Parts: sequence; C-alpha cells; structure tokens
Amino acid sequence: MSRFLLSRLWQTLLVLLVMSFVIYGLIGLMPGDPIDLMMASNPGMTPEAAARLRAIYGLDQPLLLRYLHWLQAAVQGDLGYSRVHARPVLEVMGPALWQTTKLMLGGFTLAVLLSLVLGTLAALRPGGWLDGAVSTLALAGVSVPVFWLALIFILVFAQTLRWLPAGGVSNVGDGSLADVLRHLLLPVLTLALSTAGQFVRYVRAAMVDVLRMDHVRTARAKGAGEGRVVRAHALRNAMIPVVTVVALSFGTLFGGALITETMFAQPGLGKMIYDSILGNDYNLALAGLLFATLVTLASNVLADLAYGWLDPRISLA
Amino acid sequence: MSAGVGMAVVATDAPISPWRLRLRRFRRQRMGMAALGLLVLIVLFCLAAWPVQAWLGVDPTTTDLLGRFDPPGPVHLLGTDDAGRDVLMRLMVGGQVSLLVGLIATLAGAVVGVAVGVAAGYLGGRLDSALMRFTDGVLALPLLPLLIVLGALDLTKLGFSQEFARSGAAGFWRVVVVITLFDWTAVARVVRAATLALKGREFVTSARASGGSAWYVVLAHILPNVAGPMIVAITLTVGRVILLESVLSFLGYGIVPPTPSWGNMLNNAQELTIQAPMLAVLPGLFIFLTVIAVNLLGDGLRQAFDPRTE
Repeated sequence: MSRFLLSRLWQTLLVLLVMSFVIYGLIGLMPGDPIDLMMASNPGMTPEAAARLRAIYGLDQPLLLRYLHWLQAAVQGDLGYSRVHARPVLEVMGPALWQTTKLMLGGFTLAVLLSLVLGTLAALRPGGWLDGAVSTLALAGVSVPVFWLALIFILVFAQTLRWLPAGGVSNVGDGSLADVLRHLLLPVLTLALSTAGQFVRYVRAAMVDVLRMDHVRTARAKGAGEGRVVRAHALRNAMIPVVTVVALSFGTLFGGALITETMFAQPGLGKMIYDSILGNDYNLALAGLLFATLVTLASNVLADLAYGWLDPRISLA
Repeated sequence: MSAGVGMAVVATDAPISPWRLRLRRFRRQRMGMAALGLLVLIVLFCLAAWPVQAWLGVDPTTTDLLGRFDPPGPVHLLGTDDAGRDVLMRLMVGGQVSLLVGLIATLAGAVVGVAVGVAAGYLGGRLDSALMRFTDGVLALPLLPLLIVLGALDLTKLGFSQEFARSGAAGFWRVVVVITLFDWTAVARVVRAATLALKGREFVTSARASGGSAWYVVLAHILPNVAGPMIVAITLTVGRVILLESVLSFLGYGIVPPTPSWGNMLNNAQELTIQAPMLAVLPGLFIFLTVIAVNLLGDGLRQAFDPRTE
C-alpha cells in the first residue's frame, strides 16, 4: 500500500511540476505584462524607467530562469502579490477557497446521492418506464449548457417566482445560516443537476451489470430481501467503476463551479480565476490554476486508494 | 443472424456488407432516427440564413440603437436584441458558426485521437504506456480554466500579425485549436482498446506474417474494424465540443462579436433575463437541443454497431 502510494505521489508531483511550468509560460503569453500595466496607469513614465523596472523585477530574463525564481519562492510559500486586490495571493485565495468548498461539496453530495438513488431505481428494471424517465433526465443533464441552466433558474426562481435570490452570498446586514443557505441553493442545484447526468448513467450501467452476477443470485437464493440484496451485495460492487468516474470528473466539476460562481456572483475560486485572467492579475491566476490542478490530481490519487477499500481483490501492495 | 448448423444451407439472403447491416440496424432505432431528423432540421434552419437574408433584407450584424429589444414583427420575425440586431438571423448564422466549430474541432481532435490510439495499441510497449500516461494526464486537468487561459493568450506574442490577431477568423480558429488540443482523449482511449483487441486476431497475425508493413496492416485491417466504436466516440465528442464552444464564447474567450455564435448571443445574459427573457432562452435552447440530438445519435449508433445488442 505505502509503496504504491509513494510512487503515485511522485508521479503526481511530477505532473504538477510540468503543469506549473506550462501554466507559467502560458500566463506570460497573456496580453500585456506588469510593466505595461504600470505604464498605462502612469503616462509620465519614460521608456528608460520601464526598462529599469523590467530589470529590477527580472522580467528581462529568459523564461526558464524566471520560472525557477518563481518556483523557489512558491515552494517557500510566497506566491507573490495580487495586482487587483493589492494583497498577498494566499490571503485572497483563502476565503475564495472556502466559498468554493461549500458550493462543490453541496453540489457534489447532491449529485452523488441523486445518481445513486435514480441510477439504482433505473437498473432494477432495465427497459421499464422508470428506466426510460431516468435515462431521459440523465441525457438532459449531460447535454445542458451549465450557464444556460443557471440562467433559466435565475429567470424562473429569482425573477418570476421570486422565491430565491439571483446571486451573492448573503443579504446585506443578514448573515444567518438560513440566509446563506438560501443564497447557496440555486448554485448548488445548478452544479448538481449538470453533474448528476453523467453519474446516473454510470451508476445505472454498473448496477445493471452487477445485478446479473452470481453472488447477487446467491444472495437472493439464500432469501435475502431485495433491499438488502441491492444495498449490501450489489451497490458496493457497482461503486468500483462509479468511483473512478466520479473522481475523474473532478476537473469537470471545477469547471462547473467556475461557471456557476460567475453566473450567481459567488466569490469562489472559479470566479477568482476567471476574474484574475480577465483583469491581468498574473500571480493570482497562476496560483489559482495550479491549485485547481493540484486538487484535481489529488482526487485521482484518492480514487485509486478507494478502489482498494471497495474491492479487496485489488491489492495496492 | 443465424449461422447454418446443417451442411446443406441454402443461401437465401443476398450477402450484405457490414456497413449495410449497421445501417439497417440503425434505421430500426426510433430514438436514433428521431435524433437524426432533429439534427437535419437544425442544420436546415441554420442554412436558411441565406434565403431569409435575401427575402427580408435583414443581416446578422447591422445594429440599430433606436430599435433595441423590439418585439417580433414583419421584418424582424423574432424581434431584435440589445443592439437592435435581428435575432432570427443571429440564431441562424450563430448556429452555423457553432456547428462548424463543433464539426471541425471534433474532426481535428479525432485525427489526433486515432493516431495516438492506433500507435499506442498497435505498437504497444513503452510507447503505449507513455502515450496512455499522457492521455490520462490531459484528462485529469481542470479543462475549463485552462481553455480560458488559452483563449486569453495574446496572439501577437506568438508571432502572429496584429491584423490577424484582431480578425474574426483568428477568433474562430483559436477556439477550434484550443478545443482540439484537449478533446482527443476519449477517441484515443476507445481506439486504443479496440486496436489492442484486434491485434491478437488471426487475420491481423496473418497479414503481418505475410510481410505486411505496419502501415498496410493498420490501414487495411485495423482501421476498418475500429471504425464502429471510433465513429460512436467521435459523435459523442461533437456534443461535448459544442458545449465547450458555447461556454467559452459565453465567457468572452471563444467566438468574439460581431461574429455571432449561440454561446456569445448570451454574453450579457443577466441583462437579457430582465429585458427580453426570450433572448436568454432561445440560443441556449438551440445548444441544448443540438447536443441532446447528437448524444442520442451517438447512443443509437452504439447500439447499431454493437453486435452484442439484440
């Protein structure tokens, strides 16, 4: 177990290192550079002064050298300053991270619960009317543009029915739990529905396969009730392929969070990355993108570990 | 199909090619055929841009600031948008752009995916594990933020001329290239798996034993037999690509106005929901229906191509 884990961690670290270089290079190719922005805000600056500043900040050095300097500082926990927020990057990321965690945890939990229930119900009678209904819903979930779903929700629930707020984290002057939850409901629902479609399809397919297996027939033959057969004998086995898909979908889920946060004006990590790219906030964009990559890669490692736990036949020695 | 068990089997059916068989099986799928019909309708709608333009004398880019958010009328059949442009024309032309991005990016990605998949599956060994590691790595990236960064790149820093970087063509090809860079993975995995399964079959071994080069074996024996799952994977990719294009254009990093696309028609969506709800509904509905149809078509093809069904 530990050797496997160690080699996986090494690989992940390597991928992260490569990605950090790629992203660093890409950010350098975005429009303008910090000195251009300074010149834009200070028209009196001479080209000589700009060149001097470039030398001071090391912007005249080759890409690889600049990257190594950045890496050295980053490893020591210094990710630089955010240009727009005028605060250290880590200070800006903290609250955003918490906001995104709430959204993603809510959306993810809801999507998994929904897909387990619906996928299992559909798999119990393949070809039945319930199966048809669930499959249609799943197809709609897979095919809907997330930003449009958010738009429709805002249109229906916020503007027409006026049940829920159209965006933000809480009302001004009110920060109670109920208020925060009310603001979180539409974003979470949007994220969950657009994610659940794919999960449902996998849960259903896996359950259909497992319910045909010998050990399920044995369990039934021994007189176990249908509920117990499904929950104790089938679901756990069906989870193995599902866990892979769910863990691998983390990147997609993060993309969904970026869109929902932008649509519902929630100051999370996704919106932070989007705004930082929009506002040429290089340090913040770099840190946000790397963090997103790190979490996605970590979720893949967790998926591998979950295999061993779900299926004792898979040994991770 | 029942194989003859006895000796004296009279061939009553004329022999049919696998493709004709697949076509026949596909025709029996109601959902798949309905999806195909819907897709044809959507394509016809988008192509109707030219006759409608000639007939009503409207075009997708002329703005009219005095005629913002006009209701449907005899000239503007679906009314006008926030800049006074004809909504129907923009839906049609925007659809052409969105569908074209979907098709071109998917085909380009499919070429990459097939090349990677066949190379990994057929040549095997270290190349296989290296290519598949790379594919897994690409799959594990946070796609959307990266696409936005690539969409935000300054093309002049890559050596393109100022003029090209600002043109509509640059916007179009940028989206195509950016999506192609990432969305070849599904095809690569499917093709690799199918190639691996074929590689051990007798007819492939026989072709290699008779001195067929790798190129020959791949072109004559592997690719035709991989085609089934490959086409299904490619079809399903189209839907994903259309969704990606729409969200990139919506966020401002895909197709850039004045060129319309279904995604960028929703650019100032929040304002639209208040002033003209239909403008916020229609383009998204077109994306939704198109992607549903493409996905249903993919499912139908899968069932028609899979010998295990029925």
